[in-house]
Amino acid sequence: MADLVSVRRDTYFDSVALMLVSRDAAAVGGVDQASAVAATPLNLELLQGQAFSLPEDLGPNDLVIAIRAETEAAAQAALAAVEGSLAEQRRSAPVGRALAPARSLRSAARRHPDLSLAFISVPGRFAAYEAAQALQAGLHVFCFSDGVSIQDEVALKQRATELGLLFMGPDCGTAIIDGVGLGFANAVQRGPVAVVGASGTGIQELTCLLDAAGVGISHAIGVGGRDLKREVGGLMTLAALKLLAEDVETKVIVVVSKPPDPAVAGRVQTAAAETGKPVVMALPGLTSSLSEAAGVRLAGTLEAGARLAAELAGGEGWATEEPPVAATPGLIRGLFSGGTLCTEAMTVVAQAGQVVHSNIPLRPEWRLADSRTSEGHCFVDFGDDELTQGRAHPMIDPSLRNERFQREAADPAVGVLVLDVVLGYGADADPAELTRLMRRALADRPGRLTVCISLCGATDDPQSLEAQATQLRQAGAVVTRSAAAAARAALLAAGLK
Amino acid sequence: MNAAEGGGILGRPLQVANAGVELFADTLSQQGVPVERIEWLPAAAGSEGTLARLAAQEARIAKANDEAVRRMQEAKPMLIGVGRAGELVPDLDRHTLLHAGPPIDWPDMSGPLRGAVLGAIIYEGLADDPETAERLAGSGALRFAPCHERGAVGPMAGVVSASMPMWIVENVSHGNVAYCTFNEGLGKVLRYGAFDTEVQERLHWLADGLAPVMSAALARLGPLDLRSLIAQALQMGDEGHNRNRACTSLFLRHLAPLLPELTLPSAQLARAAAFIAANDHFTLNLTMPAGKATADAAAGVEASSIVVAMARNGTEFGIRVTGTGERWFTGPAGVVEGLYLPGFGPEDANRDIGDSTITETIGLGGFAMAAAPAIVSFVGGRPEDAVSATESMYEICWAESAHYQIPALSFRGTPLGIDCREVVHTGVLPFVNTGIASRKPGVGQVGAGLVKPPLQAFAAATAALAGELD
Repeated sequence: MADLVSVRRDTYFDSVALMLVSRDAAAVGGVDQASAVAATPLNLELLQGQAFSLPEDLGPNDLVIAIRAETEAAAQAALAAVEGSLAEQRRSAPVGRALAPARSLRSAARRHPDLSLAFISVPGRFAAYEAAQALQAGLHVFCFSDGVSIQDEVALKQRATELGLLFMGPDCGTAIIDGVGLGFANAVQRGPVAVVGASGTGIQELTCLLDAAGVGISHAIGVGGRDLKREVGGLMTLAALKLLAEDVETKVIVVVSKPPDPAVAGRVQTAAAETGKPVVMALPGLTSSLSEAAGVRLAGTLEAGARLAAELAGGEGWATEEPPVAATPGLIRGLFSGGTLCTEAMTVVAQAGQVVHSNIPLRPEWRLADSRTSEGHCFVDFGDDELTQGRAHPMIDPSLRNERFQREAADPAVGVLVLDVVLGYGADADPAELTRLMRRALADRPGRLTVCISLCGATDDPQSLEAQATQLRQAGAVVTRSAAAAARAALLAAGLK
Repeated sequence: MNAAEGGGILGRPLQVANAGVELFADTLSQQGVPVERIEWLPAAAGSEGTLARLAAQEARIAKANDEAVRRMQEAKPMLIGVGRAGELVPDLDRHTLLHAGPPIDWPDMSGPLRGAVLGAIIYEGLADDPETAERLAGSGALRFAPCHERGAVGPMAGVVSASMPMWIVENVSHGNVAYCTFNEGLGKVLRYGAFDTEVQERLHWLADGLAPVMSAALARLGPLDLRSLIAQALQMGDEGHNRNRACTSLFLRHLAPLLPELTLPSAQLARAAAFIAANDHFTLNLTMPAGKATADAAAGVEASSIVVAMARNGTEFGIRVTGTGERWFTGPAGVVEGLYLPGFGPEDANRDIGDSTITETIGLGGFAMAAAPAIVSFVGGRPEDAVSATESMYEICWAESAHYQIPALSFRGTPLGIDCREVVHTGVLPFVNTGIASRKPGVGQVGAGLVKPPLQAFAAATAALAGELD
């Protein structure tokens, strides 16, 4: 027989509650008897009568838990049952009444100890506080909010690293964790490729292209657009690589980012090599030469990155898209909701020897003086911070881009428009308005205008990829699945290739 | 198990808390992921910068708050005796008067506080009539100081003068002491600004009649565990601020067996017992110093955002936060929304007054409203309104009391440790129960109800904390 006596000083529970707690503990296998009682003289006398040896200095405000069991392990199990029930007593809401919603992430975490992640999409100026609170509460963070200063980002990521948590963001658009899409994500099939992305639409494009090639995704971890900048030093990319190295489902890893800081890129490559898994770094817009580390392959576009990953994962059936296009010579104007898709398309156009103006230019000298006024071949990212201040992301609210579309389509100098349409969870459910505008624009300038649409989506997306593609083609668009292919089609139509 | 306690993120079921755009919560729900939707509202305008600065200090503040709350939890206030204010309170001579709330001078004092000051002047024999007393009060010859700055607390006007008897409450866990005057009962009483002969006579009886009885009784009884007494009272329908009936009854139960054994005139003993029995709020003046002794245990914790005092002087509502030391942060005292005694209405009400908000500061009063269904008429009339009131306070508190529990919430601990950041962050204001004094000196209590503290006091405290930590 094993006796176990545990005392909690100055702890009061009402006697009925203690009775129920004792009863539950006594029901644990191998337990002869279990009592959780206030240390009143009467109760102490009873316990002494049962030959429990008790501390001398107990008072009526103390709680005594006395357990007798066949084995020490059974006694410990009964004690754990008592502790658990006592804790439960303090958590329950009254029966038949709904609790008002939590007012803070900390409160939610306290109410629900099983919470694992905080999804933060509050206005940017409040985001750092919410995120700090979430990390402190032990939650991983998905921070959709933008407008967090880089200093705050560094502090939050350092804190997350200390706590062994992920801080995805800020301005993180997409993640897929165990098949669950967070933010703007597509219903891609599950499989061996993991993506670490400093870009939401970059992740979407990659995962959808792999999906189209029949290759599934294990996880996609967003890290925020600035993670590979010098100041942030790739903190979360490194953390994600570590997680994925240990993840049994993951066989191949793709890192997606705008061209990183060279020193950070070096560190990421080293960490990538250390995963022991083949890693592809897909860096659209990459101009400088970055040497490949062992086991790490570099790709200058998302499309090339996806193709490499598909090959490494043993996928078959990769088909390069070459849709037929009619010639409509003129300037190319790109109107994008996804920054990385915009960069991807620009990269293709620039590789064809063209100057590409943009609000997110490939080269500093190509920066638009005013993102609202186009110059030459010109690509605008409507998801850029400057154009989302005080308004929803263009994937939720496409009105700004639709307005610009009409303007560009009517410009006689313009021969080709390139747009992205991004499907998936959270995205504008039906780009019907765009279809209507497109029909009208093409009817107004027959034979003089081409609209190329990069349709980013997965077969199982809620909007139905097939139906959307059909609808857009019927409206007269050249539809591709990749932004790179849309850009190539645009070059062809503009007579630049 | 939160992630930091060993749960990773890959390969275990996601459970998400959503703060912000509902659409994202919807997409998760569509995918069958459990989502806890936060009712997120932007913090008060102007405070976003402060909160952003504090974000970087979250870990440090959290650690400090754990420490501050740990001390409050450990604090064990015991009633150890009775003494005279002038002998107990440091530097309290006949020309010094303590008052409730943050610092205030005579010209800014409201009616009830002025009335109580006049009453105390007369009581101390510094003047024979109200006119002379008023001249003295305004002459600059008296010193006024907040009770809170001298280890004391006072209900309503909270005026304390040198020869008043006071309870001595010691937090035996940390050794700090708090004092409070005796409760005078309801009606025309000094703490509500009344000062006439009836008030004076009662004050003298408290000093000469009741104090010796209490002193002798406590000598017999030994230190009385107030934390336990209050905990039991909460189980019996008190919340420790506007309802003290159970606590007073329990207190009397401790005294009853030994009163007949005291070697004092039986008439004196009988009057003492009758006085306590007739005054439901008698033990408010024990709960308050118990609160003060508890909150003071958490004083001086650097970087902590926990509120350690809330107090009103009838003109301003002030708070102190442990991480910003002894500074007061104030805003205008609110108008109490409440129920009025027959013949009185809102036009008779003075602004919020008293140190009794020390009860809310340690998780009693409005914070423990769910424990007191008998007084739900103050909060809307239904028991569920009282439960909601308490539940909303968990949103701004750092922890839950290990000692004070609420039967209606399955014995959950009351919300403990107001986090001034969270008041600003959520806009949820501390829920304060209180009595209502007449705005005119000399009238007394006109009702009781609820009052909203000024958000600006919490915003200022939070900004000051951010300043200290930068």
